[in-house]
Amino acid sequence: MATGVDVLTEPPSRPEIRTIRTSEHVLEIVSDSGEGAQKCGQIFGNVSARMGNGVWTVEIIPAEIEPPPRSPAGASGNRVRIGKGPVTNWGDETELVVAFNEQALLGRHRLGALASHATVLIENLWATHADPGIRGQWSEALAEMEGSGYRIVEVPMEERCLTVVENARRGKNMFVLGLLAWIYDRDRDLCRDQIEGAFRKKSEEVAAANVRLFEEGYDWAAENLDFRIDVETSQAREPMVVMNGNDAIAFGAVAAGMELAAMYPITPATSVSHRLGEMFERFGGVLHQAEDEIAAAGVAIGASYAGKVAFTITSGPGLALKTEFLGLSIMAEIPLVVVDVQRGGPSTGLPTKVEQSDLLAAIFGQPGDAPHVVIAPATIEECFHVMVTARRIAEAFRAVVLVLSDANLATGMQPFRRPAIDPAWLAESPDQSPVPEGMQPYQWDPRTGLSARIMPGQPGGMHTLTGLAHDEASHVVYDSSTHQRSSTMRSRKMAVLQRALQPPEVNGPPEGKLLLVGWGSTKGAIEEAVSRARSEGLSVSSIHLRFLSPLEPGLRGIFDRFGKVMTVEINYSDEPDDPYITEENRRRGQMAFLLRAQTLVDVDCWTRVPGEPLRPRLILDAIRGRMRKELMP
Amino acid sequence: MNELCSLAVYGAGDDRSFALGDYEGPLPRWCPGCGDHSVLAAVQRLLVAEQLAPERTVFVSGIGCSSRLPHYVRTYGFHGIHGRALPVATGIKLHRPDLSVFVVMGDGDCTSIGAGHWLHATRYNMDMVALLLDNNIYGLTKNQTSPTTPQGYPSNTQPRGSYLPALNPLEATLGMTNASFVAQTAEWIPAHLFATLQAAHRHRGFSFVRVLQRCPKYTAPLFEEGMRKPDVIELLVHDDGVTVPALAGVYKHSIHHDPLDLDGARRLAEEGDRIRLGVFFRDESRSRYEDIRRLRSFTAEEKIDLLEGELERHAV
Ligand SMILES: Cc1ncc(C[n+]2csc(CCOP(=O)(O)OP(=O)(O)O)c2C)c(N)n1
Ligand code: SF4
Ligand SMILES: [Mg+2]
Repeated sequence: MATGVDVLTEPPSRPEIRTIRTSEHVLEIVSDSGEGAQKCGQIFGNVSARMGNGVWTVEIIPAEIEPPPRSPAGASGNRVRIGKGPVTNWGDETELVVAFNEQALLGRHRLGALASHATVLIENLWATHADPGIRGQWSEALAEMEGSGYRIVEVPMEERCLTVVENARRGKNMFVLGLLAWIYDRDRDLCRDQIEGAFRKKSEEVAAANVRLFEEGYDWAAENLDFRIDVETSQAREPMVVMNGNDAIAFGAVAAGMELAAMYPITPATSVSHRLGEMFERFGGVLHQAEDEIAAAGVAIGASYAGKVAFTITSGPGLALKTEFLGLSIMAEIPLVVVDVQRGGPSTGLPTKVEQSDLLAAIFGQPGDAPHVVIAPATIEECFHVMVTARRIAEAFRAVVLVLSDANLATGMQPFRRPAIDPAWLAESPDQSPVPEGMQPYQWDPRTGLSARIMPGQPGGMHTLTGLAHDEASHVVYDSSTHQRSSTMRSRKMAVLQRALQPPEVNGPPEGKLLLVGWGSTKGAIEEAVSRARSEGLSVSSIHLRFLSPLEPGLRGIFDRFGKVMTVEINYSDEPDDPYITEENRRRGQMAFLLRAQTLVDVDCWTRVPGEPLRPRLILDAIRGRMRKELMP
Repeated sequence: MNELCSLAVYGAGDDRSFALGDYEGPLPRWCPGCGDHSVLAAVQRLLVAEQLAPERTVFVSGIGCSSRLPHYVRTYGFHGIHGRALPVATGIKLHRPDLSVFVVMGDGDCTSIGAGHWLHATRYNMDMVALLLDNNIYGLTKNQTSPTTPQGYPSNTQPRGSYLPALNPLEATLGMTNASFVAQTAEWIPAHLFATLQAAHRHRGFSFVRVLQRCPKYTAPLFEEGMRKPDVIELLVHDDGVTVPALAGVYKHSIHHDPLDLDGARRLAEEGDRIRLGVFFRDESRSRYEDIRRLRSFTAEEKIDLLEGELERHAV
């Protein structure tokens, strides 16, 4: 085939094996959905983590459940980045791809997912398929990728799998795991354990067949491939666990002692409820799938009002529906945790893709003055711990705590330190003791804005809670002084919380030319870009915010020590050099908007809405670009 | 009894006794002659009759004139947002099956903005009493057409008369899967109102009661006939429903209706010449969501063991 891509149709009889030594590598496995590429990627990631690699796994998810087979939009699978040290983000372009068909590969190519030096292992069944249409698609696809620089290696996946099983469609993924295990020199016993663990639920026979497929792949690779990849490992570590951010949220909720979650299915939040539903059945608790998101908020609020703090979980469109109830919860000071796993918006937007566009809606989305807490975990580990923090703050401050996760954390998998479960995390059973004579349901302490919570079951505490303006006794009153005072008290709680927070740590020197500010799932990518920039001699540092409302203290002081402050966010902003854009009409990133208002510093932003996590290299380019333009003499 | 979560551990039998004064809250602020006053009186009578501990009773409401009721009862109260009383009550009951829950809604509240929740709450069939105080109008917001406003009756938003046939809440509830208790009463007949509330309270499940409620301010003509002419009223009587012998002298029309007869109930619920009061349907065998979702509770130690075991499955 006369293409610019290097196609090895005939593997050399016994090739010289070249070993590429590297401190990190990005690979992906793509297939039609239903072919199991995700399971292959997960097992590969787990085995790598167990062998001492840092790992970050991301699912490649098509928007439909079962898109047409062999279509570029249907590419489904996993992207795994492994490294010597901890891996904090998904990295840049993919360097090794295993594709079950050329259309899935083409889909990834069109998205610019692959590095120009990428090696592609591809199922060769399609090249010689009986259907001339398919053969045509194959040649067209390869022609489209011509000149890209990929090294394409054809692999007879189907043919080899058929020597082991009757239906290769169900087995290719483990064959591919075998290929990868040989290439990356993975521990075969660990792989077998994982395969057995994954398939034993079906039957011993299925498990055994999958192990055989794995061996077949391994052997084929050993006989036919001419390269191996050696990613260093760093052993000697603490006990680790590996899971995705949504599982971590479910775990964290249970570890926080929460016993009721109400939700309505919405991507990418739903998998939290899958996990929770299953855990609650065994651990005591209720996952309530409500008739809609409004009802879900109401059920969580009702439960929280009468017992342990409950929570509701959703994504942007659902958050929009919940706003009136959030206002009630804030007004009536009913503790509540709300999780928003953000996706691309507005409207139905990009259901499966990451974005950080709900920040301002999360903080300001409730009509009326509605002070509450907004926090964002920055890592998968933090997804776990944030639930404990959120539950505690909600309870201690009789507050609404909104947790902003996103699709990147939701589906990314990463090993992290195994949490040492602390019994103190579990919410205690609520107080049912008699309420002291004369105590009021909103007996605000002017020093903190706080008042003790009184709940049904407590003798002597009877009162009617209301979303109308009310006084200490929860009586509806509309007079101006009471509304002024109660508004002050609800706001004061936030001030008191803010004063208890730690200023953010600066990653890098505490002063310099450029300070990047991030929040949420972008931490790993930003810090990687900053460290690469510094190694190029650029004077860059970064901070990463967890508390978004109220904002962490000390920001102004930190900002003043840098020549320029710029947020990096996955949301929309106008480019400053866009001919339509002026200082006056420029729409800025949401965190930049917030920081400008709060600190009066001229905070710039670099934001993108690519529907995928930010690549460190793009952030690095942005750093270089902005520094060249504005900071260099 | 099994427990849900770790909460339902209190509710000791106690030997207190409660009088009307124990349930009386601040003076109501409804218009003079408003039917909500009668409902409040009947509710307080019921609390005395059933000796419900004030601290273990919760009145949940939405927004509207009728939704003010919890403020005037000395129990716990949750005066929430328009149309959403039922989800809140669902949450309370899920976490705290030990509490007696009453839900108070207006016709706009229940059959318009909260209509979705109403249907689903019927299907959840959790043990609570849901009162629809139906004055055929939006009272609090000053005279707008509601789904139950009779066709042709004018309001501020439909000055030439309501355009559409009125929604019949009884038909809607009876049509919903898993409905377990559907009744109608009129607040101007206190004995019937009380007996119906009592039957509703004693029914285990979602007891839906439509209370025909006068609004002298905006819909006085709509209730005049029912009030002045006992002949337009027809009582459904049955040992398993509501029977108030004292009323037989005033209300001549009555039908013997077995509340288990769903088809009969649906026929009787259809709009006719007469206003029918009584229990249309009652079936205690319908499944209750809180019973289905009831789980064993776990101690902190057990939970931590389970969590550690679960983490082990994710161990690297
Ligand atoms: C979301 C929302 N929309 C509208 C309103 C305004 N509102 C308050 S009460 C009400 C209707 C009241 O009618 P109904 O439910 O029949 O109760 P009634 O006052 O007649 O007892 C409306 C529309 C509101 N409070 N909240
Ligand atoms: S407006 Fe009607 S419903 Fe409202 S308080 Fe007055 S009479 Fe009662
Ligand atoms: Mg009304």
